[in-house]
Amino acid sequence: MSANVNTSLPLEYQTEQSRLNILGFWIFLGAEIVLFATLFATYSVLKARYAGGPTPNDLFEIKGILTETILLLTSSFTCGLAIFEMRRNNRNGLVAWMIVTLLLGAGFVFMEITEFINYVHEGATMQTSAFLSSFFVLLGTHGLHVSMGIGWATMIIIQLIRRGLTPTTARKTFIIGLYWHFLDVVWIFIFTFVYLARMVG
Amino acid sequence: MDILLGSIQWNEILMGGDPLIVGSQIAIGLTMLGILAGLTFFKKWSWLWREWLTTVDHKRIGIMYILAGVLMFFRGGMDGILMKVQTLTPEEKFLNAQHYNEIFTTHGVIMILFMAMPFLIGLMNVVIPLQIGARDVAFPQLNALSFWLFFVGAMLFNISFVIGGSPDAGWTAYFPLAGKEFSPGIGNNYYAVAIQIAGIGTLMTGINFIVTILKMRAKGMTLLKMPMFSWTSLITSIIIVAAFPIFTVALALMTFDRIFGTHFFTISGGGMDMMWVNLFWLWGHPEVYIVVLPAFGMFSEVIATFSRKSLFGYKSMVGSIVGIAFLSMLVWVHHFFTMGAGPAVNSIFSITTMMIAIPTGVKMFNWLFTMRKGRIQFTTAMLWALAFVPNFVIGGVTGVMLAMGAADYQYHNTLFLVAHFHYVLIPGVVFAVFAGLYYWWPKMFGHMLNEKLGKIHFWFFVIGFNLTFMPMFFLGLKGAVRRSYTFSVESGFAPLFLVSGIGAFILAIGFGAFCYNIYWSARYADRNISNDPWDARTLEWATATPVQHYNFAKVPEVKSLDAFWHMKKNKVSLDISEDELEEIHMPSNSGQPIIMASIIGVAGFFLVFEWKIAALIAAVGILVGLIVRSFDYNDGYHVHIDEIKKTESKWRKVTKGVNNNVG
Repeated sequence: MSANVNTSLPLEYQTEQSRLNILGFWIFLGAEIVLFATLFATYSVLKARYAGGPTPNDLFEIKGILTETILLLTSSFTCGLAIFEMRRNNRNGLVAWMIVTLLLGAGFVFMEITEFINYVHEGATMQTSAFLSSFFVLLGTHGLHVSMGIGWATMIIIQLIRRGLTPTTARKTFIIGLYWHFLDVVWIFIFTFVYLARMVG
Repeated sequence: MDILLGSIQWNEILMGGDPLIVGSQIAIGLTMLGILAGLTFFKKWSWLWREWLTTVDHKRIGIMYILAGVLMFFRGGMDGILMKVQTLTPEEKFLNAQHYNEIFTTHGVIMILFMAMPFLIGLMNVVIPLQIGARDVAFPQLNALSFWLFFVGAMLFNISFVIGGSPDAGWTAYFPLAGKEFSPGIGNNYYAVAIQIAGIGTLMTGINFIVTILKMRAKGMTLLKMPMFSWTSLITSIIIVAAFPIFTVALALMTFDRIFGTHFFTISGGGMDMMWVNLFWLWGHPEVYIVVLPAFGMFSEVIATFSRKSLFGYKSMVGSIVGIAFLSMLVWVHHFFTMGAGPAVNSIFSITTMMIAIPTGVKMFNWLFTMRKGRIQFTTAMLWALAFVPNFVIGGVTGVMLAMGAADYQYHNTLFLVAHFHYVLIPGVVFAVFAGLYYWWPKMFGHMLNEKLGKIHFWFFVIGFNLTFMPMFFLGLKGAVRRSYTFSVESGFAPLFLVSGIGAFILAIGFGAFCYNIYWSARYADRNISNDPWDARTLEWATATPVQHYNFAKVPEVKSLDAFWHMKKNKVSLDISEDELEEIHMPSNSGQPIIMASIIGVAGFFLVFEWKIAALIAAVGILVGLIVRSFDYNDGYHVHIDEIKKTESKWRKVTKGVNNNVG
């Protein structure tokens, strides 16, 4: 695992174990795609089953949703900048951009929770109708992923500060980067199919 | 207390009343006490913890999977016997309808998820790294977590019948029956939570083996020089990653519906019950191939070894399994042709289903042609493979009958279907597991299973199996429905049900012979065996038997298919000179997997009982476990050259004096 460091490769790919971990994580993301695809399928089956409860037109407000989207998309960009700094071997730049990324992510989670609380106050809970069950579980799963990502990345930032940039910390940072971008892609689908398509229709 | 307990009351927790259940409670209690006392008396606690509970060695994890598989086979088999006793005579009063519902439900879940899966994943664990010339899997600690999650899930599921009540809506748990409205107890919570925990473990196994097989093969072993069992394990792992997340979601939605009052599958609130059926079979059909493909791989190894020939049509075998994997995702609707999707949809799924017979047929003929002109040795392992061919064909042909959407309206929900899938799964999976166990047993334990007892096991099991399930085809055609706890005298079903019941006891004797064989061989079998007792073909036999913990002192270089066979034919020596030895890096044992899985099990238990706050507190424990893992920088250890020299000289010297190859 620690043996055979190949210094001609980028830092995160230098050890055998790192290469295995990164491939394994890509495959895990494949499983995550199936997971979210199933949730999207569920949503698209149940999306018009309001059971007399509120409809998207009653609930969704584009302003907040657009802000959430901008926050999360920007965080993906700053996450890219963080990996760029990692490639330049600039630990402090990496940590700084990671913190910016997490703050943007936290802003997203905060806004999403606020949005959910508003819905609940308007009487739209996950028990109200099949549409809302699938809405809350799809978005909740994504939001939970972002929250877990924030916690996970915090652990890695602590390790980067304590240990500096090593093949291991670089690999961990690279993997959380993959995860973060993946969640961004999922959000683009949520934004398109859950919000936008329902508001023009 | 109300907040903590929610809607479940204390008096609902311990099941009482039924003498069978009370008896089981007492038996389980006494067994637990016996095990605890035994471990304490013989001072084996620290040995157990050091050598087994914290191990990350793929061979030991595999052995634990197999042990769990044997236990679960016993439990699932008992369920089967109880069902057969209940239907031995018309209007039998042995079990009531509710108890019968619980038993066929747990029988199905346990046999598929907690018997077939651990046997196959266990053998994959033991064999795959050796077969591809690796020293462990890609993520050894994750592998241990996979096992412990499976084990915790299985245990959680198994305690259901003594604590809180078993699930009773069938192994398919169709809504609306499985919903809160029609199954208000907690039995189906066990279904949703316990299988979820085990399923996450399986998903991790899938990822682990894909990376292991793609990245850790010995030098020279290109994908098309890889043994067939490795190929089928790779494809199985890919199906796991593609299909299990669907089940993860389906079970999560079921949990939400049952515990948090959502409306995914309910009748009220706009839910759609048929969506459960679709999601279940979108996972459930690929699951059939998840269990049957590794079994095909094992048959391929056993048939090639004991026919003394290379596998016939290797490339078409690879093509077939890839084809089966692809088609497995496109046939799920055939499980509910009668749902009313219409002739167009049914026709398409009929055709895709029948298409599966093509690659499977290719495999069948390949096995037959492998045996053609081979010098067949009738070892116990080979007998299982030989019996598999005709029995599995019966399962396959009746499958094509069922695949016809229009005809399926006749067979649907009858014992014909039950007979069909037992004819697929028992020859396809259970025979393969037995073949694999007899074949690889020396690799795990350093002694063979007794061949004579093996043949007793074989004959009782195969005859009993046919006697049990063949009558069910005819019962089904006469109109006997599945999952019915009794039948009338006037139905005329009695004679065939009686034959089927007697068959089940013969089957049970066969399994008993297997268990006795394990015991007998562990005590009395000859330990002085060669490292290659079957004169085999693949790399797992190119090292010591049983295997030293680092697998290979020096990983052999592969030049062709059946690498070890060609090394033997070309007199390539396995000897290595001392200056070739290098220190070997190995992963350290860790207590984290078992602790983490236990916390998840506790959280799952609370969730089953709908104690939401307690479950939440336990979930914090899961987060702590994740944090500990994140900060864990244990990088393993190195095996020193002196130790390697000592270990290697031991088995290499012994081999020269031993000659007990079979055949």
